[in-house]
Amino acid sequence: MDLTFTDHERAFQTEVRDFLATNLPAHITAAVRAGVELPREIYQEWHELLGRKGWLGATWPREYGGPGWTPVERYIFDVECSRANAPRVVAFGPHMLGPVIIEFGNDRQKAEILPRILSGEDWWAQGYSEPGAGSDLASLRTRADRDGDHYILNGQKTWTTLGQHANRIFCLVRTTQGGKPQEGISFVLADIDTPGIEVRPIRLIEGGHEVNEVFFDNVRVPVDNLVGEENKGWTIAKFLLTHERTNIAGVGISMQALDELKALARRMRRKGRPLIEDPLFAARIARVETDLEAMKITNLRMLFRAQKQGHPGPETSILKIKGTLVNQELRDLARRALGPLAAPFPGSVGETNLMFGPENSETNAATYFNNRKTSIFGGSNEIQRNILTKTMLGL
Amino acid sequence: MNFDLTEDRRMLSDTLTRYLADRYAIGDRSRTAYAAPFHDPDRWTELAELGMAGALVPETAGGFGGTGFDIAVLFEALGRALCPEPFLGTLLASRLMLAADADQAQLISGARRFAVGLAEIDAPYDIGHIASTARRTGDGYCLTGRKTAVYGGQAADEFLLVALLDGAPAVFRADAAAVTVVGYGMIDGGGAAEVLMEDSPATLLLDNATAAITGAVTAGRLALCAEAVGAMDAAYAILLDYLKTRKQFGVVIGSFQALQHRTVDLLMEIEQARSITIAAAAALDGPDAALKSAMAKTLIGRAARLVAEETIQIHGGIAMTWDYAASHYAKRLIMLDHQLGDTDHCLDEVMQSYTA
Repeated sequence: MDLTFTDHERAFQTEVRDFLATNLPAHITAAVRAGVELPREIYQEWHELLGRKGWLGATWPREYGGPGWTPVERYIFDVECSRANAPRVVAFGPHMLGPVIIEFGNDRQKAEILPRILSGEDWWAQGYSEPGAGSDLASLRTRADRDGDHYILNGQKTWTTLGQHANRIFCLVRTTQGGKPQEGISFVLADIDTPGIEVRPIRLIEGGHEVNEVFFDNVRVPVDNLVGEENKGWTIAKFLLTHERTNIAGVGISMQALDELKALARRMRRKGRPLIEDPLFAARIARVETDLEAMKITNLRMLFRAQKQGHPGPETSILKIKGTLVNQELRDLARRALGPLAAPFPGSVGETNLMFGPENSETNAATYFNNRKTSIFGGSNEIQRNILTKTMLGL
Repeated sequence: MNFDLTEDRRMLSDTLTRYLADRYAIGDRSRTAYAAPFHDPDRWTELAELGMAGALVPETAGGFGGTGFDIAVLFEALGRALCPEPFLGTLLASRLMLAADADQAQLISGARRFAVGLAEIDAPYDIGHIASTARRTGDGYCLTGRKTAVYGGQAADEFLLVALLDGAPAVFRADAAAVTVVGYGMIDGGGAAEVLMEDSPATLLLDNATAAITGAVTAGRLALCAEAVGAMDAAYAILLDYLKTRKQFGVVIGSFQALQHRTVDLLMEIEQARSITIAAAAALDGPDAALKSAMAKTLIGRAARLVAEETIQIHGGIAMTWDYAASHYAKRLIMLDHQLGDTDHCLDEVMQSYTA
């Protein structure tokens, strides 16, 4: 038993820390700290920064332009980025499509697609969920009918995160009707500006524009845009559901949220003392801090196992569930710490120099509401429990 | 980073697990755990001969272990078997003797059974609250007061007792014959005692002992957490087996999602419990030892109760019966929260770290 990082890993941690301290611009960290919706340019700047350093395709092997990191190095990188208030990497190109192309793509696709992800030229969106296919993804109905060298796409995708910024989209579509729902699905790429594709915003609970609906009306896509075999798209979907999920707990994000919560609870007062010394409130902080402390070790144990086996196991679903519960509890406490100061609707105040609470607190309630999504997306926590039932319980 | 046990610790764990599986099958265990003296003196001696007491003691004090992970490995195996032997008292005594640089040969050999009197009856979790007093006599000391929840005290040869000496907590040694021992069995098996001191002769082990007492409690909490992890693993295995075999409505009950998701939640909490115990074990000899063991004990108080109550509920009536092993695991998991500070008490210790 040894919970410490190796000398090499510690040196890597220092390298990441130094890189972020030197290269991450203040206007980016300020925007992340403020908790506001980030504009496309900030993501773009961040991606290009990482791309130039060779750190964008974090899970890619060296031969494809990735850094060739171990699971532990990827974990360290993620934690350090969160601690430095870096934006998250928009996962769809670098963390999702990239690994899919490396695993299932042909040589032409590898040569064309991978460099454009790393350079930031392409912003990919994910076309998975549909209005009638959420947790039951395999019931998707968007169809791709063969017409010579083209597929004709018809249907609707939804929850397409940051699709308003994307120029390309990867989709799960039905190429064969009938049979088992998982059969007859294919993985197809499309340019967003193809005639017949329309992206419409969905306004979320807190008022923000983060997700979209994407409509396909007789969209002609070259058959060359098929990834892997026709009708074998479910294999790719499953690959993505289990691929590189060892950092899914968001340990760094929650560590950062805990620090911010404690600072806020030191600043706010209740009954003549700092809120953090109020027994009821402190008890809730202490409970979630304890859960986070345990989750860090749970995460490291799974990294250790992934490193030994060469791949993460199904137990990473535990990280998804626990990680979202811990993070949501932290957001709940941060919102409560502000009391009535959490109430103003961001942007509704008009021009004034008045502060309605401590710095960066005006987006607090919005962040709480927005983060209710984390236990729903990427396979809801109930789906994760189904996965664990099959894999870990053997039921 | 390495989460594998060392070869030595794996052997220790295997040896102990094999021995306990052989000697403490659940029926035998219950007969031993619930009849005076609430442990088996012959097996205690055998366990000591196998080196189990020595594994709790550092090499510098004549043992061959004593680190957080030695303690964790040993108590996890004890928990898996619901072993009622008085190892908690042995560990607490060993930590106090270590602080006093006292000879531990008889503790390690099992020749003498030690128990530690920390708690007082009106504030049993509060180790700073001591009403018992020590009085200097010609060549030693005399103690007056009452020690409560003295684990293993019903069968101890010697006690280490905390009493105030000139207003500060000190630890004294007293033979069992020098005090009045009111032994009793516990609802989850094993035994403890109330120790009554009425000007009872004793020798001084350690004065100004606050730090040593805190250190002993810290190690004791780690041990209880590891014991809980072992017991939770065992209860969970019984539950999983039942889910796969028990049929109702013509199907195995494990096919019901209402039970599947609740069982997954137990799996998650057990993994979290294992993780926080590892964190506490790694921290045991460092500056964060008390905080990490308080974190571990508060989390495990919650997790163990969940596992105990859900194990009973998901099983149904069978787990309410004495003859079904799960009921005994549930009792131990609930009641170990009552030892050395419960989940609320330990949560409060974590909260104290926020007050600058």
